[in-house]
Amino acid sequence: MAAPVNPAYAHRMEAIQVQALTKRYGATLAVDGISFAAARGSTLGLLGGNGAGKTTTIAMLLGILIPTAGSIRILGHDMATDRFAALARMNFSSPYVALPARLSVAENLRVYGHLYDVPQLERRIGELAGELDLGEFLHRPAGQLSAGQKTRVALAKALINRPDVLLLDEPTASLDPDTGDLVRGWLERYRAESGCTILLASHNMAEVERLCSHVLMLKRGRVVDSGSPQDLLDRYGQDDLEAVFLDIARDRGRPMPEAAQ
Amino acid sequence: MKASLRRVWGLMYRHLALYRRSWPRLLELAYWPVLQMCIWGFTASYMASRMGSTMALAGGALLGGVLLWEVALRSQMGVAISFLEELWSRNLGHVFVSPLRPWELVAALIGMSVIRMLTGVLPAILLAWVLYAFNLFALGPIVVLFFANLMIMGWWVSLAVVSLILRHGAGAEALAWSVLFGLTPFSAVFYPVAVLPAFLQPIALALPSAHVFEGMRAAILHGTVDWHHLAWAVGLNVVWTVAGATLFAAQFRAARVRGALLTIGE
Repeated sequence: MAAPVNPAYAHRMEAIQVQALTKRYGATLAVDGISFAAARGSTLGLLGGNGAGKTTTIAMLLGILIPTAGSIRILGHDMATDRFAALARMNFSSPYVALPARLSVAENLRVYGHLYDVPQLERRIGELAGELDLGEFLHRPAGQLSAGQKTRVALAKALINRPDVLLLDEPTASLDPDTGDLVRGWLERYRAESGCTILLASHNMAEVERLCSHVLMLKRGRVVDSGSPQDLLDRYGQDDLEAVFLDIARDRGRPMPEAAQ
Repeated sequence: MKASLRRVWGLMYRHLALYRRSWPRLLELAYWPVLQMCIWGFTASYMASRMGSTMALAGGALLGGVLLWEVALRSQMGVAISFLEELWSRNLGHVFVSPLRPWELVAALIGMSVIRMLTGVLPAILLAWVLYAFNLFALGPIVVLFFANLMIMGWWVSLAVVSLILRHGAGAEALAWSVLFGLTPFSAVFYPVAVLPAFLQPIALALPSAHVFEGMRAAILHGTVDWHHLAWAVGLNVVWTVAGATLFAAQFRAARVRGALLTIGE
């Protein structure tokens, strides 16, 4: 589960703690003082239209973007002062960040296995090849793969270090329904087996309903509503999250006063 | 420490795997140094045959200059182009969210720079020996100091280039090839610093390369080791390396503030 953070509220059970996170680019406020937490083993969905602040928030969680204000703690590590300790236990996947196209799948996984100091690396690559069905193209250049195969490879890269926190930016974008379903299945299985915390940014509402235990609705850099998918459906009187999304995007909904920032 | 070395190796492995799969890249490493050696080697041979032993000595200094300047050029390009390879493959987002520290990134780029430089320059050195009987290593162990100083100069120049790429994005990538060529006139590669107009000489003397090539000429023409110039080269390299590293650290942090690490290749 996830909820706005009470300052006195801590900690050990929370894999991700975000407090008053703000990012300003000149006159533009990309993220406006958002606070949330994600419990260990939960899957938190980050929903919002284009420009809502999802990618900016993920970039700050990954330490690749320095916030203007606010704090982030991941697995107990302050990302402002101790980000490398957290990054070793995290991973990330996005269809918008590529892997070197001329390297084979195995070589790519070997590179990231070394970067994440994965023990028994060849064995781990073999495990992932089996779990994600990479065997037939393990030695083919990553640039020659289909979109579905690339997504599976990106997922293998994201799981290479058995992360405790996994950040996924639209993990099934551009996939056919069959491959998308397989990816969602793998994510569910990995979370159940490892107790990993997943933060998922997606425009696929069915995916969010299936995977997420809690959802944050972002709009213009602010959290305008949050709750479990079922809570949101009940609150907005809708049958699916897509309708809730549209209600919020078009200001037709009625966000809970306590959830609004 | 072991994990740190492994991360450095991980990034180097990424580039080595790339070269293993791309023979044009390998060929390109040696192509220009060998071509340079052919052009200047035949020029020096021709002039020596027409003008005798004095010109033969000058020809030796010319070939030494060509070979050693390639050390600086290839070292600089080795760092900058390895960084650009990450940018071109849109892989920086993954690299920068891994536990790889910025100094480990630089260490890996420098490791690749040494490999690229040796792959490019050693065939040219061999060619100079086979075709023109010019043996750079006949200068003795001092050659190692010349090499080291020019490599270090290539690295701090490339740190400045990478900093500019971090600041200005892919638009600054042309600097990876051109910036050190711009320093050639001041580096006294083929002529003494004294040849330059008086107002340009302080610029030349602020560069380690000018001191290295003055030292090289002393070794080739007079058979002496000019420790004074070598000491200046080492001292200047220390100062410029600190400046380059400071600039890189500042631009890396500025890129994290602007969000440029994710969008730099776009």
